[in-house]
Amino acid sequence: MNIIELSGLSKSYGKLKVTDNVSLSVPQGQALGIIGPNGAGKSTLFNLIAGNTVPDGGTISFFGQNVARASAKERCRLGIGRSFQIPQPFTHLTTFENLVVAASFGQNRSERDVIDICADILERTQLIDKANFVSGQLGLLDRKRLELARAMATAPKLLLLDEIAGGLTDGECQALIETIQSIHAQGITIIWIEHVLHALTSVVERLLVLDFGRVIASGPPDEIMESREVKEIYLGVDI
Amino acid sequence: MIWVDTIVQGILVGGLYALFAAGLSLVFGIMRLVNLAHGDLIICGCYLILSLVNVLGLNPFLATILAMPLMFSLGWALQRYVLNRTLGDDILPPLLVTFGLSIIIQNALLEGFSPDSQRLPAGALQTAAIDFGPITVGVLPLLILLSAIAVIVALNQLMYRSRLGRAFRAVSDDPITAQMMGIKPATYFAVATGIAMIVVTIAALYLGLRSNFDPAIGPTRLIYAFEAVIIGGLGSLWGTLAGGIIIGVSQAIGAAINPEWQILAGHIAFLVILLFRPRGLFPRAFD
Repeated sequence: MNIIELSGLSKSYGKLKVTDNVSLSVPQGQALGIIGPNGAGKSTLFNLIAGNTVPDGGTISFFGQNVARASAKERCRLGIGRSFQIPQPFTHLTTFENLVVAASFGQNRSERDVIDICADILERTQLIDKANFVSGQLGLLDRKRLELARAMATAPKLLLLDEIAGGLTDGECQALIETIQSIHAQGITIIWIEHVLHALTSVVERLLVLDFGRVIASGPPDEIMESREVKEIYLGVDI
Repeated sequence: MIWVDTIVQGILVGGLYALFAAGLSLVFGIMRLVNLAHGDLIICGCYLILSLVNVLGLNPFLATILAMPLMFSLGWALQRYVLNRTLGDDILPPLLVTFGLSIIIQNALLEGFSPDSQRLPAGALQTAAIDFGPITVGVLPLLILLSAIAVIVALNQLMYRSRLGRAFRAVSDDPITAQMMGIKPATYFAVATGIAMIVVTIAALYLGLRSNFDPAIGPTRLIYAFEAVIIGGLGSLWGTLAGGIIIGVSQAIGAAINPEWQILAGHIAFLVILLFRPRGLFPRAFD
């Protein structure tokens, strides 16, 4: 069963088509990677799925329900969780409070009911030692972890990760990959936009290439990495 | 000893200024909205309490408790249907709209209650005093300061110890991300303004008990409230209390030197602090 199906999704800013008739579906439990050059419309696609941007046309079917016009809040409650490319923690809240807010309001639960869940997520994302730090004080790695942790706290069925490995050292990246692998193993569907390809390919089962707002290739990571489109985009090879 | 007395009286008056300012501070802290009608809303509260006292024959304190839910509803509706529409990247629309609101409220009060100055009946409380050795402290001013402290403590508990408060702080930090975590900013802004109006009602009670009021005095209360908020540091509630007390003490010292200097001294203290601590005494980190 497909957890999410996009059909004919379009979004333009003026004459620029940032999302051009995109159709794709993701089976429940799959980890899908999205690659493409800067400006290909990757983050816009996430904005459309998460409800930050209203599409000009097309449908977004989540568990069979069209959510293309639903608010970001409603989509969060339905189970779409998202991390931002540039971490957006609530800087005046502690790390723990960031999670409590997300867990409590994300699924409309009382704070009492989510405390253990949040502590558990902090443990899994290696943030437990920084639980009581005001999140504005956190460094890049911890902010990235917090993005992931907070998205997890909303109890997503579909997790959207936007360049979460960017800017990290190899060691830091490896730790993050392991956390994401464990989330994937738990059965949560993941769509992951990433430029750090080795991080991406060590988790995802399928890769999708986006360019000029269009899906130009989709398939198993090995095939896609060897494909003409990817070589053109990433290596600048004109074939 | 006269100086000690002056300072004590100043601190007590500062409690009233802190009450004027607490609602303003709350609203600014959560939604970066500068409400220029804040002073007029306080006066509006005075007249509401006065009407309840006159019509129902209630004691002003009871009338205040009755006025609180009404003022909460007024604040909620004002935010929900008017002010939320003005919020955005541009700071001008909320300023213009609340400025207009200020004029509307003043004129409505003028039409409804005449320009005559009014007062809430304080009864025996008006003159009651306690002797602390050489210093005599009025019961009403003491009650005002204690109420101001209680309001600040309560608001801090709300902001830092409750689910609602965490939602307020999350929305304050980043309304767009908050929405993705299931918090609809507009809803929480309306509740916040409603809560600010409850504080306004308490400020209105004490203003009306302590001094005369008429429809035109709102803007001056707004200035004191503003100064207290800015001295304290935008968004810091304890800072707001400190700011109110600093203005109160400055005014008392100014008045002791020369009665004409009372108001001026408060404004000068404000300017001096602005000069040396432009972000206030207790600014929030990471702004």
